[in-house]
Amino acid sequence: MLRYITQRLIESAIVLLIMSFLIYGLIGLMPGDPIDLMITADPKLTPEDAARLKALYGLDRPIAERYLNWLSAAFTGDLGYSRIHARPVLEVLRPALGNTVLLMGLSFALALAIALPAGVIAALKPQSALDNTINMVAFAGISVPPFWLAILLIILFAVVLGWLPAGGMGDAGWWSRASHLVLPVAALTLVTVGGIIRFVRAATIEALRQDYVRTARAKGLSRRQVIVGHVLRNAMIPVVTILALNFGALFSGALITETMFGWLGMGKAIYDAIMGNDFNLALIGLLLATLTTLLANLLADLTYAWLDPRISYR
Amino acid sequence: MRTLFLALLSLGLAVWTPQPAEAGGAGELKIGITQFPSTMNPNIDSMLAKSYVLAMTRRPVTAYDHDWQLTCMLCTELPTIENGLAVPEKTPDGGQGIAVTYSLHPRATWGDGRPVTTDDVIFTWEVGRHPQSGVASNEVYRRILSIDRIDDKRFTMHVDRITYTYPASGALDLLPAHIERPIFESDPAQYRNRTTFDAEPTNPGLYFGPYRIDEFVSGSHIALVPNPTWYGGEPAFDRIVVRVIENTAALEANLLSGAIDMISGDLGLTVDQALAFEKRHGKQFNIVYKPGLIYEHIDLNLDNPVLKDIRVRRALIHAIDREALSQQLFEGRQPPAHASVSPLDWVYSDDIRKYPYDPAEAARLLDAAGWNVLRQKIRHNTKGDRLTLELGTTAGNRTRELVEQVLQSMWRQVGIDVRIKNEPARVFFGETVTKRKFKAMAMFAWLSSPENVPRTTLYSDMIPTEANNWSGQNNTGYRNPEMDRLIDAIEIELDRDARKLLWQRLQKLYTEDLPVIPLYWRANAYVLPKWLDGLRPTGHQFTTTHWIEEWRRVDR
Repeated sequence: MLRYITQRLIESAIVLLIMSFLIYGLIGLMPGDPIDLMITADPKLTPEDAARLKALYGLDRPIAERYLNWLSAAFTGDLGYSRIHARPVLEVLRPALGNTVLLMGLSFALALAIALPAGVIAALKPQSALDNTINMVAFAGISVPPFWLAILLIILFAVVLGWLPAGGMGDAGWWSRASHLVLPVAALTLVTVGGIIRFVRAATIEALRQDYVRTARAKGLSRRQVIVGHVLRNAMIPVVTILALNFGALFSGALITETMFGWLGMGKAIYDAIMGNDFNLALIGLLLATLTTLLANLLADLTYAWLDPRISYR
Repeated sequence: MRTLFLALLSLGLAVWTPQPAEAGGAGELKIGITQFPSTMNPNIDSMLAKSYVLAMTRRPVTAYDHDWQLTCMLCTELPTIENGLAVPEKTPDGGQGIAVTYSLHPRATWGDGRPVTTDDVIFTWEVGRHPQSGVASNEVYRRILSIDRIDDKRFTMHVDRITYTYPASGALDLLPAHIERPIFESDPAQYRNRTTFDAEPTNPGLYFGPYRIDEFVSGSHIALVPNPTWYGGEPAFDRIVVRVIENTAALEANLLSGAIDMISGDLGLTVDQALAFEKRHGKQFNIVYKPGLIYEHIDLNLDNPVLKDIRVRRALIHAIDREALSQQLFEGRQPPAHASVSPLDWVYSDDIRKYPYDPAEAARLLDAAGWNVLRQKIRHNTKGDRLTLELGTTAGNRTRELVEQVLQSMWRQVGIDVRIKNEPARVFFGETVTKRKFKAMAMFAWLSSPENVPRTTLYSDMIPTEANNWSGQNNTGYRNPEMDRLIDAIEIELDRDARKLLWQRLQKLYTEDLPVIPLYWRANAYVLPKWLDGLRPTGHQFTTTHWIEEWRRVDR
């Protein structure tokens, strides 16, 4: 098992290296560099100014050379400065990462806490009124645009009822932070819970049809033992795959929710970095998202072995 | 699991326990804007959000006032040749220069108690002209050949040329030498990354205005408190919070919930959004519209063989009803433009060629230009070429997309087929406009200042090319020796009356040659609480916050 994990970690490092090159190259290929944008915004900028600034920011050099410079600096622990925040990249990403983990982690946990029982209940009584209701809620969650839902929640809870703040991060106090978290967490949970319910329901229905479930029933196991010990455990394998993939998105953040509620997370940081041609910030942000996806997949693979004893890694 | 439970419980409590929305406390003003500044250093990058906040904390040496006249903000008297503070002189290379003398306000003091002095002026100049400092446009610093220190508060600048803007030669945004000099001198190339304005923006020594920054949360908000060393009128608010909410729908919701008290007109809602807001909530707020210097127009690519013909350009403008467009889309709040000079500017001239809506005249001009064969309601020339033009703007800008559709429909009425091709702003500005890749028409806006000479947009050597690093903003490719001569002449004409005559000719030539289709003057929409008094929109690049000390809370 240890050998397997080591091998996967080495593979992940290679993937990260390749991704760093691809991301750097793709950002470099985007039309217009920061100085081109500056020229349109500042009529006083002369050709000499443009040339001087391009040299200062290293934009006059070939992209491969810029990438190699960045890479060699990164290996020494220098991840560079964010151009649009005028601060070291890690100083920008650290709080954004913390905010995203808090927001996405809570909504992910809440969505799971709702979706698991709801999906199983719906699967156990297919086509019943309860199943139809859960399905309807799930489809509503999948269909509703996050932008619209966010505005609706703000208008209801902040404007009409005045119970919760409309946006922002709150101050340092836990109560303030918690109250500012409620609406973005609710919005994110509502838009993600539907998809998970549908996966859990489908996987559970599939597991219920399997021979080992019939055998377990024939052995005289109670309904609870059959569902928890046999159905759920097997149904979780495809669900874990989906959750692992979703987990990667956790670190790239939820752009729309973060923008609407003014929550300073990774999604917004990465989006602003790409739009502002902030190479260093965009690169590290996207690499973090890649790393998370790779680790989440590794975790999922290890979870399979725990869920299904027939699976083993050498 | 226990931790998760506790976290969920606290969320649940927050949901179900009624909590009063934040209301505007006495002495606090919460302003909503849509952009967060990327750096707080006044001289690195030009950004409206930064100017908006910094204007509360510091003042330029000179600025344009509400009447669009140059005035002293940090200095005590504008230097003029008449008052003897400006003296023409020869430059070391034998050219004609000028020496201008300024006195800094005697009580101007940084927030840490150190006086604002000539040393700060000299340091700012040194940083500005250093090629590696990261200051974007250092033309203004390069023009200053040297600075003589008379005493702590007085200095003379030797400028390399005489232009009518000489009284504003010292329009610098000062840097505190006692804080920034060691950082700059240790490594000028790293100054932009290490400046105290970004490393420690709450340092009181960076500010000498009515307020200083007390709290700085990147991307979220900036809080300001009164600066005890301020030398001007006493500011009214105990605390000002500038909160950044990029999405305008969320910005409105925050206003209605009381999380912010007002939406800045400098960086807030567009006029159509403000008009819609006014219909729903107009009674709760004062909504003020102020047209200004943002000139919405269409650049015509004069290298396009169709647009080279002045008759086609004139037909294009005669075919659009700009009055109706202004009335229907903006309820007249954004007046139609007839040239590139605002009617609010003292150099504006009404003696220009105007193009009223006249589809019959447009048709006549197109016939005369050879586009006289109508097939499926679209004009063709005798060779069978179809009169099709491409129009582009910034994708996602709802107002521009709406205007585009109206224009497309109007042009269709006279047989011109206009194809819309929009792009994201960074592609449109970073590539298409800057590198003159638009095939026919590009719709966007210029922001200028009062009496702004259009050198970068109309002078023939300002056409962006690869050779000049795509700088210059003459994106239309306009070339007219008379225009070049006028621009040169205006810049060095010191007599106001004589200069006004030159401006008249420039505007007339502009409207005759028509390298650009003028559309309308954009307005800023300020959504203000009923209790706020003293905020006076300027309409130019100096934001309302340059006079923040005049803002007051009043009972109505």
